Amino acid sequence: MSQEVATSVPSPASIRWSRRLGSIADAWRSLRRDKLAMISLVVLVAFGVLAIITPWISDRDAIRAVNTADNPTWAHPSGSFLLGTDYLGRSVALQILWGARVSLFVGLMATLLTIVIGTVVGVVAGFFGGWTDAILMRITDWFLVIPFLPLAIVLASVLSRSLWTIVFVIGITSWPFTARLLRSQVLSVRQRLYVDRARALGAGRTQIIGRHILPNVTPLILASTTLTVPIAILTETTLSFLGLGDPTEVSWGVILNEAREKGAVGRNAWWYYLPPGVAIVLVVLSFTLLGRALESVLDPRLRER
Amino acid sequence: MSDAVLALTNVRVQFGGGKVHAVDTVSLDVGAGEVLALVGESGCGKTTLIRSVIGLEPLSHGSIEVEGVKVGRGARGLRALRRKVQMIFQDPSGALNPRHSIYEAVAEGLRIHKVKGHEPTLVADALSAAGLRPPERFLQRYPHELSGGQRQRVLIAAAMALRPRLLLADEPVASLDASIRGEILALMRSYVDRDGVSIVAVTHDLGLAWNIADRVAVMYLGRIVEVGPADDVLRTPLHPYTKALLSVVPEIEGMEQQILTGETPDPSRIPSGCRFHPRCPVVASGEAERLGFVDRCRGVDLELEPEVGSHRVACHAVQIST
Amino acid sequence: MSLLELRDLHVTYRGERAAVPAVRGVNLSIEAGDTVGLAGESGCGKSTIAGAVLRLLPKETEVRGQILLDGEDVYEMKPGRLRAVRWTGAAIVFQGALHSLNPVKRIGWQIEEAVLLHSKMSPRAARERAQDLLDRVGIPGDRVDKYPHQMSGGQRQRVLIALALACDPQLLIADEPTTALDVMVQAQVLALLEELQREKGLALLFITHDLSVLTHTCKRLAVMYAGRIVEEGPSELVFTDPQHPYSRALAAAFPTIGDMSSRMHPEGLAGDPPDPADLPSGCPFHVRCAVAIPECATLDVALRDAGPGRRAACVHVGAAHV
Repeated sequence: MSQEVATSVPSPASIRWSRRLGSIADAWRSLRRDKLAMISLVVLVAFGVLAIITPWISDRDAIRAVNTADNPTWAHPSGSFLLGTDYLGRSVALQILWGARVSLFVGLMATLLTIVIGTVVGVVAGFFGGWTDAILMRITDWFLVIPFLPLAIVLASVLSRSLWTIVFVIGITSWPFTARLLRSQVLSVRQRLYVDRARALGAGRTQIIGRHILPNVTPLILASTTLTVPIAILTETTLSFLGLGDPTEVSWGVILNEAREKGAVGRNAWWYYLPPGVAIVLVVLSFTLLGRALESVLDPRLRER
Repeated sequence: MSDAVLALTNVRVQFGGGKVHAVDTVSLDVGAGEVLALVGESGCGKTTLIRSVIGLEPLSHGSIEVEGVKVGRGARGLRALRRKVQMIFQDPSGALNPRHSIYEAVAEGLRIHKVKGHEPTLVADALSAAGLRPPERFLQRYPHELSGGQRQRVLIAAAMALRPRLLLADEPVASLDASIRGEILALMRSYVDRDGVSIVAVTHDLGLAWNIADRVAVMYLGRIVEVGPADDVLRTPLHPYTKALLSVVPEIEGMEQQILTGETPDPSRIPSGCRFHPRCPVVASGEAERLGFVDRCRGVDLELEPEVGSHRVACHAVQIST
Repeated sequence: MSLLELRDLHVTYRGERAAVPAVRGVNLSIEAGDTVGLAGESGCGKSTIAGAVLRLLPKETEVRGQILLDGEDVYEMKPGRLRAVRWTGAAIVFQGALHSLNPVKRIGWQIEEAVLLHSKMSPRAARERAQDLLDRVGIPGDRVDKYPHQMSGGQRQRVLIALALACDPQLLIADEPTTALDVMVQAQVLALLEELQREKGLALLFITHDLSVLTHTCKRLAVMYAGRIVEEGPSELVFTDPQHPYSRALAAAFPTIGDMSSRMHPEGLAGDPPDPADLPSGCPFHVRCAVAIPECATLDVALRDAGPGRRAACVHVGAAHV
């Protein structure tokens, strides 16, 4: 235990911030030691930066069919087309770049929706218990047992075919997992003695949830987020691959779908189907590995003091 | 008692849909500036009783009055109650949120009850009153950086910062190292002597009662079986259960050990008649039969009788012999 | 020859950052049929000694000095010999009865297994022996086929004692065997241990923080602080007239009911038990000691004679008794 004596009483806010920054620094230090997590982080940052700067380095019109009539079709990778061209003469490399924007956007938005619904349902069910819990959990079970693909197909065909529909479909079908995870954690936190103490001090429900329950399940929410993103990206890919995506947007799933439909495999046009596949695997794997690492860094039960 | 800080009347706490009688008809007063030790074995309902006083357990029956005002069980009533009644816990490590600094732990109650004053000063004063000096050294610390004794002092500081009239203490030193227990007990007693706060201390340790309590109440299977001034109850116990409890405390010399057989009793199966009779030495030795009141022990349930000397006791044998 | 003899025992744990000296030079001997109590608080090294005697410590732990069990050095035994000695020479009863029993095996079976492994008995004889042992520790015969979780804490502790006695050891090491139990059940288990000790002539090394329990159960007492014995002698005298200021504080934590000097006067030590990884200089107790003199900060006092059969490690001791 250190023996230094602070010279004056610091303000509560400054104490809170210095400690919070300290614990973030701690988490970062232990994350740094995980090589796979660091590689994943680099991969994700690279994809993220590319997705953001794409509009500045290329023109969306360059991959519209009307503008590519002069390009060679099924061209091998070359100096002018880094990853070759497709059946319409469009650059595969540019499609991947623009596709990254769509895939990451859908992945992140769908995750946000999933986490928000899942957290609210899980925390409310776990904290209030009783009838609230019973009803919310039956609803959750109901969503859990709905076969995902048929529901997605029905929703995607009934609703307008836009990216937001895909976000909605993914969000509505994947929140039950987050809700169950959160509920079980809240059930355990709710029984800690410090929650009893807060009640004895006179804290109301909002205060207990806000100051005691949520902070203690935040690491789980964060880890759950990074593990949900890859699922959402894969789901978007699946839906687009099945032709249920937004027809006006290019995503990695759309590229794969078209490559399959136009017989890229038969023509041995590996530059057409391999790169989107590799991109998907890289991003999904990176999110998963980073999520695992974050989970062990942030979960106090897995971290040694 | 008109100056009672806490008055319990026929309090019952039941669990499991009324099958488990954790607290079974308890009436008890705690006077201003008084330390009451509530002693008994685990499962006797002593912790449940104080948890129900502060609203951590539901009250099935009976009433609770604080400073003569009946306490409502709604959100507003409980909030008002918790301004006047505070609690500390057996396990100070578990009772502090590991993500909150010591400052936040102490300030939490002040914010909830909107206590007037400069918050950092109030927190620092509460910490130094609890013996954590200089307080600046502790404000930024987190619970896992403190020792067990220091954590218990933080809990005491946080509770006493609200200037309650009554402090409920659930086994306040049971989880602490033996050599520091005395300091924590002395600290608790100092709040009584200086501020006139009252304390109800739940404990299995009769030595603690001897150290700080003015009065002692002995609980068995959800009911108080003997209550009175600590000096009298601990030195001249009347109830056979109190006698047995005292006889197994190794520190008392010249008292013949009276080890009760059987396990700690089960509050979901309370015996008929006097609830202690299956383990009672007076019944087991045949004395009750010889004196002809064994049927009452087996058949007639009883509560605390009016005072015998300074004690009140729930025992047929005591009642008949006086 | 002593049954158990510790000669200048040092035990050092390999921590993540540094070596942690848990036991720093302990000499202790136990004769056959002797009862010795080892008292101290968390981190004083008392449980480490129990583990060291039966070589139950983590492999990388450094053990220096000698541990002689019936004249034989425990740390030079071959694995087979060690296994035999662990049951027939010395057996150990731990605190957490639930964790020491296999949760998916019937208790009778667990005792039979121990008997069969270490003797040439027939399965039928082993079964009878298991019945006998359980009977002996007061577990009714119909409980032989129960699983550990079906029993109460007190019963499980009895099963552990029966298990420890399975191979008729000469020495029983009891490490906080009653700490988790209720007062009445604790009294039952202590009475059982005393009875077995008398009946079988067992030697008993009883380890606990509760000085009062030791005084009652053991003839001799050793008080440990910061990895060393700071006082030893006949238990009555160590408890009622301690020579070392730390023993005095530990004894005060268990006040004698009826002793007016402790009434309303809880006594304890300031500060916390020391961190074995970061011990104060000189006498490690001087930072908490009320009677420390300047030289205590530099002078590490060894045990000195403090009356007949008594020794204590304090500068003030020689002066009073010469």
